Amino acid sequence: MAIVELEKLVKDYGKVRAIHGVDLRIEDGEFCVFVGPSGCGKSTLLRMIAGLEEISGGELRIDGQRVNEQRASERGLAMVFQTYALYPHMTVRQNLAFGLENIKTPKDEIARRVAEAARMLQIEAYLDRRPKQLSGGQRQRVAIGRAVVREPRVFLFDEPLSNLDAELRVTMRGEIAGLHHRLGNTMIYVTHDQVEAMTMADKIVVLRDGRIEQVGSPLALYNEPRNSFVAGFIGSPRMNFLDAVVEAVNERSVVARDASGARFEASVDGAGLEEGAAVSVGVRPEHVTFGREGGKPGTVQTIEQLGGNSYLHCVAEDGALLAAHLPGQTAIRRGDAVNVVFRPDFTHLFRKSDGMAQKRLVVGEAV
Amino acid sequence: MALSFLTLTRGRGRFDLADWLTWAYLVLALLLMFGPVLWVAMSSFKTEAALQEYPPTFLPLAPQTATVEGYDEPLQLFRVTAGEHEGKVLAQIRRVGLMSQMVDPADPSQKFQVNINDRVPEREFALATENYSVLFERFNFGLYFWNSVFITVVATIITVLFNSMAAFALSKYKFRGRTLVFVLIVATLMIPPTVNLVPIYLVVSQIGLVNSPWGVIWPAVATPTGVFLLRQYMLTIPDDLLDAARMDHASEWKVYWRIVLPLSAPALAVLVIFSVMWRWNEFLWPLIVLNRSEQFTLQLALNSFQGDLQTSWAPLLAMTVLTLLPITLVFAVLQKYITTGIAQSGVK
Repeated sequence: MAIVELEKLVKDYGKVRAIHGVDLRIEDGEFCVFVGPSGCGKSTLLRMIAGLEEISGGELRIDGQRVNEQRASERGLAMVFQTYALYPHMTVRQNLAFGLENIKTPKDEIARRVAEAARMLQIEAYLDRRPKQLSGGQRQRVAIGRAVVREPRVFLFDEPLSNLDAELRVTMRGEIAGLHHRLGNTMIYVTHDQVEAMTMADKIVVLRDGRIEQVGSPLALYNEPRNSFVAGFIGSPRMNFLDAVVEAVNERSVVARDASGARFEASVDGAGLEEGAAVSVGVRPEHVTFGREGGKPGTVQTIEQLGGNSYLHCVAEDGALLAAHLPGQTAIRRGDAVNVVFRPDFTHLFRKSDGMAQKRLVVGEAV
Repeated sequence: MALSFLTLTRGRGRFDLADWLTWAYLVLALLLMFGPVLWVAMSSFKTEAALQEYPPTFLPLAPQTATVEGYDEPLQLFRVTAGEHEGKVLAQIRRVGLMSQMVDPADPSQKFQVNINDRVPEREFALATENYSVLFERFNFGLYFWNSVFITVVATIITVLFNSMAAFALSKYKFRGRTLVFVLIVATLMIPPTVNLVPIYLVVSQIGLVNSPWGVIWPAVATPTGVFLLRQYMLTIPDDLLDAARMDHASEWKVYWRIVLPLSAPALAVLVIFSVMWRWNEFLWPLIVLNRSEQFTLQLALNSFQGDLQTSWAPLLAMTVLTLLPITLVFAVLQKYITTGIAQSGVK
């Protein structure tokens, strides 16, 4: 059980700064996911918390105690690696017991905890095998088991599912989430896959270039992205963005017009916006509708029919690409002319100058 | 399976030119490599007299003797090749000038005079095992063997330990000057050993290690080859494993001892073979440091057989064979690691 606090945490590699003063507080028992594109510093940040990377500046506290100077072996955390990092010369049992042996746990206690973890993760049958003799999914379980037996204050996961196939990934995602419910420990999970982040997290931390872009619950990030980067990163397929200029600002909405003359109304706070300001209009594919008038005309280029869902990719007359996600199946065909309509309540508006979002006045799917 | 492998041909079902050349090359190489060894082994079972014989024989043959009634000593048998008694096998009683007085072993009453050029000694296959037993009875082989084993085993253990620790630091820790240190270590390969001889001797004698096995061991344990070999191999061990061990509360020593060392086994085996060969066959340095015969290694003892005036070849050859045996055994046990170890530590 532990609260992890990061205060102005900095990491320098020589003259290059990888982490730019990150502030974050992870509550006791929280499942926190670091997400971002590759090279954003999420793994570095995790390794700094683990103690595997030196902290160049700032303070890291676990349960209020500064641990900057503590070695990885002294912090009482456990980590699951992307490559699993199982000791190839030891059996599964020895792999699980290694950490406990190092802190001089009594033999019967080790045996008890190994048996318990093996039962929980269903790896009892492989306890005497070597990692080489296991499949990817089994290795993954052993790697998690090695963390579980230690009963650590905080679990750290470094992209643990990226080496598994798609089906297994979904299963393991559920198991890790189940593990969190059962154990209730604080967990920090790094991934570049926003679906993993959305499905598992209590709190998502979106990182870019060593800076935190936004922290919040999955739905908060989805509904109220702070800027166009977060809006584009969270949600799949990606949010549609159109360049436009502000035409009118009133109390309930802002109207913008793009180069082709199409008008979009967004139910957002117009504070700070003036007529003629450059903005980005954003609408998620699942909020795109097709109507007769008042939208942006275009042609359907490709259709992906998944049975339960349909994805349409349209090209507007001015060349802009727009994706739409329709529930169920659709009668629209490739080459059909459509009129893409954005509903004001689901339209986001971002300032072109700094990419920041205008506050939405109507939030949530329920409205 | 071995047979079907040996009879593989490049030509379909029959020998083509490549097969002939391959076989010829391999057989020639086999003769070149094993011929001398086999010759030494065979000769080690010959008596001193048989060794002096010309032309030499391949098999250890000893002159045949027979006990003849009326003579106390066994008499040597000869086959007569010319003259009136041609074809007979006779025992020689004594030799007088060019004539030899002989007797028929079957009928001791008959005596003959035979020209010594008309007879050849009868010989039989016999192993002169006394060459070996004399090593233990007169030459204190056990002591030299123990000296050699002690130096080889202790030096190898220390070599493996020191070199692997250096290699661990050079491959898995980032510190300023790491490359420089590594280059300096490898650069010592360029210094000929003879240049070091005098300075090292001065150091060893100042420390008072002359005439002690430690005087042979300490100067030899730090080998650039070993550090290089192990470092290259350890570079292939994923850092994640080390990090995982650190997360598992392992101290740096434990990371080295429990993770890195066991995983370097193939490279360690190669270094063990090298080190055993180096120390076991080492001659020049022990010759300089060890002056008292009770400290001699086998190689020095072998050298001491070679006197100014005469060399006792029979025990010398026997000791050579015994000296070869342990190293052959070590090689046979560890050889499967050599190719894998070198292959994996070289590239990648």
